[in-house]
Amino acid sequence: MTATKGRVTGVNGNMVTVRVDGPVYMNEVAYIENQGRSLKSEIIRVRGDSVQLQVFELTKGIKVDDPVSFSGELLAVELGPGLLGQIYDGLQNPLPEVAEKTGYFLEPGVYLEALPRKTRWAFTPVAKAGDVVRRSDTLGTVPEGSFTHRIMVPFNLYGDLTVKSVAKAGEYEVTDQVAELVDSEGVVHKVTMLFQWPVKRAVDCYAERLKPTEPMVTHVRLIDTFFPVAKGGTYCIPGPFGAGKTVLQQITSRHADVDIVIIAACGERAGEVVETLKEFPELLDPRTGRSLMERTIIVCNTSSMPVAAREASVYTAVTMAEYYRQMGLDVLLLADSTSRWAQAMREMSGRLEEIPGEEAFPAYLESVIASFYERAGIVRLADGSTGSVTVGGTVSPAGGNFEEPVTQATLKVVGAFHGLSRERSDARKYPAIHPLDSWSKYGGIIAHDIVSYAHGFLFRGSEVGQMMKVVGEEGTSLDDFAVYLKGELLDAVYLQQNSFDPVDAAVSPERQKRVFGLVLAVLGTAFRLKDKDEARSYFNRVRQLFIDLNGAEWNTPRFAEVESALRAAVAERSEGLEPVAARHIETLER
Amino acid sequence: MKKVYSRIESITGNVIAVKAEGVAYGELAEVRTRFGASLAEVIRLSDDLVSLQVFAGGRGISTGDEVRFLGHPMKVSFSDSLMGRIFDGAGEPRDKGPTLDENLITIGGPSVNPAKRIIPKEMIRTGIPMIDLFNTLVKSQKLPIFSVSGEPYNELLARIAMQAEVDIIVLGGMGLKYDDYLSFKDALESGGAMSKTIMFVHTASDPVVECLMVPDISLAVAERFALKGKNVLVLLTDMTNFSDAMKEIAITQEQVPSNRGYPGDLYSQLASRYEKAVDFEGSGSITILAVTTMPGDDVTHPVPDNTGYITEGQFYLKNGRIEPFGSLSRLKQMVNGKTRSDHRAIMDGMIKLYAAYKDTLEKKSMGFQMSAWDGKLLKYGEKFEKGMMDLSVNIPLEQALDRGWEILADCFERQETGLQTKLVDQYWPKKTA
Ligand SMILES: Nc1ncnc2c1ncn2[C@@H]1O[C@H](COP(=O)(O)OP(=O)(O)OP(=O)(O)O)[C@@H](O)[C@H]1O
Ligand SMILES: [Mg+2]
Repeated sequence: MTATKGRVTGVNGNMVTVRVDGPVYMNEVAYIENQGRSLKSEIIRVRGDSVQLQVFELTKGIKVDDPVSFSGELLAVELGPGLLGQIYDGLQNPLPEVAEKTGYFLEPGVYLEALPRKTRWAFTPVAKAGDVVRRSDTLGTVPEGSFTHRIMVPFNLYGDLTVKSVAKAGEYEVTDQVAELVDSEGVVHKVTMLFQWPVKRAVDCYAERLKPTEPMVTHVRLIDTFFPVAKGGTYCIPGPFGAGKTVLQQITSRHADVDIVIIAACGERAGEVVETLKEFPELLDPRTGRSLMERTIIVCNTSSMPVAAREASVYTAVTMAEYYRQMGLDVLLLADSTSRWAQAMREMSGRLEEIPGEEAFPAYLESVIASFYERAGIVRLADGSTGSVTVGGTVSPAGGNFEEPVTQATLKVVGAFHGLSRERSDARKYPAIHPLDSWSKYGGIIAHDIVSYAHGFLFRGSEVGQMMKVVGEEGTSLDDFAVYLKGELLDAVYLQQNSFDPVDAAVSPERQKRVFGLVLAVLGTAFRLKDKDEARSYFNRVRQLFIDLNGAEWNTPRFAEVESALRAAVAERSEGLEPVAARHIETLER
Repeated sequence: MKKVYSRIESITGNVIAVKAEGVAYGELAEVRTRFGASLAEVIRLSDDLVSLQVFAGGRGISTGDEVRFLGHPMKVSFSDSLMGRIFDGAGEPRDKGPTLDENLITIGGPSVNPAKRIIPKEMIRTGIPMIDLFNTLVKSQKLPIFSVSGEPYNELLARIAMQAEVDIIVLGGMGLKYDDYLSFKDALESGGAMSKTIMFVHTASDPVVECLMVPDISLAVAERFALKGKNVLVLLTDMTNFSDAMKEIAITQEQVPSNRGYPGDLYSQLASRYEKAVDFEGSGSITILAVTTMPGDDVTHPVPDNTGYITEGQFYLKNGRIEPFGSLSRLKQMVNGKTRSDHRAIMDGMIKLYAAYKDTLEKKSMGFQMSAWDGKLLKYGEKFEKGMMDLSVNIPLEQALDRGWEILADCFERQETGLQTKLVDQYWPKKTA
């Protein structure tokens, strides 16, 4: 705590005004003393000796004249081994431990240490006395689950440091000293495995930022093939309520091909988090054979928890993501929903009586959203290894209308857009990502020109579909009708994916390529068809075969059997394959 | 001894300001006017100026009226004597019974620790096939009924309340028409459910501030009973009136509105109430059924829109029926796997066929030719609407499933249903087989 003292002079919702008698920092953490509790808050405006705090708790009971103390620190999180598998609130309080202490309810003013203090970690030194190190350089390692957790020079020790001593191999607690470092002024810094970093500052110790190119495989066909996300990239999922944003993120959090997943449940339902936190310990990560929970961190500030901590929660989550990135790992951050965070900003802006922008959101909405997504990226670290943070955020636009400030601000900065549509979710076409509206700027597992050949059928098929609504089937030519059926087929057997089917739920890139090749064969083939009825029933048969294929396990006789039945069904009525399609299939199979 | 202040500095709408010291944010005060006493809640502190929202409204308050601070926030009495009683939004008796002031509990308390929640797993039976069979209601679910004025949503609420096997019913009425209030009372009394019911009712003619208190009071009482191991069903009608009361107050306080006049925190305000729905590990539960009327039948209106983002699905009541499209119970899959082996299949299959029937209807209305298949669908659609959708149908789930098979067998051949052969063999009615 600093020497500065303050007294409450006003309360308005979760904003408290305080008169102070000394210096304070912007965004400094302050505590309001009230009825034996210390309520955590953050300075969000300073005007002379009057400062305004946003309080991370219910403000009921606060009185004018209540004393306020100042920490001298910005809002920060604890970094060190033991973060994986934890369930935190937006301020990094471990919720299961809080429950042990206060029972069913989240009582205001209870703050616990984020990292378990008593766990002993098997430390192996890497640096040695005399080495010159800089922040984020590795001093030693400890095993954490299936990872080698690097114990690094704290990110807040700037400049060249000389290692004076490193602890010898052995078991240590996070607060035990593991090294002594001497800075250029000769000051000795005692280093533990645990250190703090302010959440609103991007971790910036890396050699260079790279361009995201390698696909982050989600095992969702529609994403990996059509609208891919790159490691270190950003994407957003806007959609009306009930369209499937949360389910899509849940699927991704299970199957994404990354080392670590951080789930930030921001202002959404508590029940959804409960599903994840009860189920993940039971599920296995196919990559490691260990429990999924061991690669996951959950940060949850659900909709009925105090609003100010909602804003903090996304920063808490991204800071932990950056920390693991510094170990050369690929981290995926999923935030559901960024709109709730934007609304939290809007509430506070209203209380500060700032001049409102569109839909009463503050004028700085865009820049805040942009700088949040900017914390994603793939970087080359000082030791040459690379690490990445990929960020995917859902957006909950009012009325499901994407022409609103949060969606628009987000679309300006992300690399991929997975727009969910009410029409598709009502028709139970899951995942309900709209194939004509969505886009991605990243390269995926299949070359762009091949994908866009297939995409053309969706587009033309939908045009024919529209026309048919007016003129009826009677007024549509057989050729157009075939294009329509091809578009529908691609949608039904490739875009749609049954996330509750054990096989279809997650499809490997290898398998996606194989099935895509088969789909291309159907799309590119001219079929001998007598009339529309025959066309429809033929495509129904082909569709059924594809659905069977999607349910057959990869690399099994059953898969091979259905595949050859499919090829036979295509050959049966083929009048030749379009040369472009043939070329694409050849490329795919290479 | 609490000090009495007798100089009111300003009166704006329902908000008065007095100069006072040592007052806490959210504290309650009593304002004595010549029309009687009213409670008021502290909604803003600024140096020694205290702003209070007066429950009975600002009308008729004089600058010389007395304000006495009570030293505690809004509370409600909690005990078994609440059973069968009716109160207003300020917690005062609306029936002829005595005022209760034992064991006062604070309302609007903190939220449940997510780590202490459990995954919902028990079905609530209502006897309504559109719910039990197609969109099962689950214990601890929060679910609104989206509707428009004129629809029988209050009847539906009362009916579910009486059929549901719950220990306690808490009814929170907001802006309720007096007639509706009386019919609720009659329905619960004649159904014999009044003795397990507690009502907090704000009627359309009561002061608007009291409307705001209703969900919090109702849910605080429900929460206490749930912690004592009771399964509580909370009925809230109509949450649009609650939101409109918030809007009215926000506007008189000159807050910047975000969307069609509603305050920017509408989502958080609604969520903090709905999220009280819970199944306590090792104790009771709260299930919330709320009515949200949609102005202009527009689901993108801020109230239904924000509600949809909060709740676990919705029942869409239109033309006196729960619509299969637009209605969704997001928790149904947690329970419908262990009711009867044909539950999920009948649920999906019948809805798909009903959707096909709707397409056929459209084709028919556009004058396109009707095939034999279309004819079957038309027959099916009619039977489905009469046998399943009509709200007068009141049968247990098992009987509804049997009826589903009968309707299918009446209209289609076995293979036309798109249902798994194994299930068809097991359940297809014998007489037509
Ligand atoms: N991929 C899917 N497969 C099957 N069902 C799905 C899928 N996605 C969504 N659903 C269905 O839709 C419901 C709502 O999905 P979800 O909770 O993901 O919506 P949401 O977009 O997050 O809505 P909100 O904005 O209200 O949070 C789910 O409960 C489920 O019944
Ligand atoms: Mg969601």
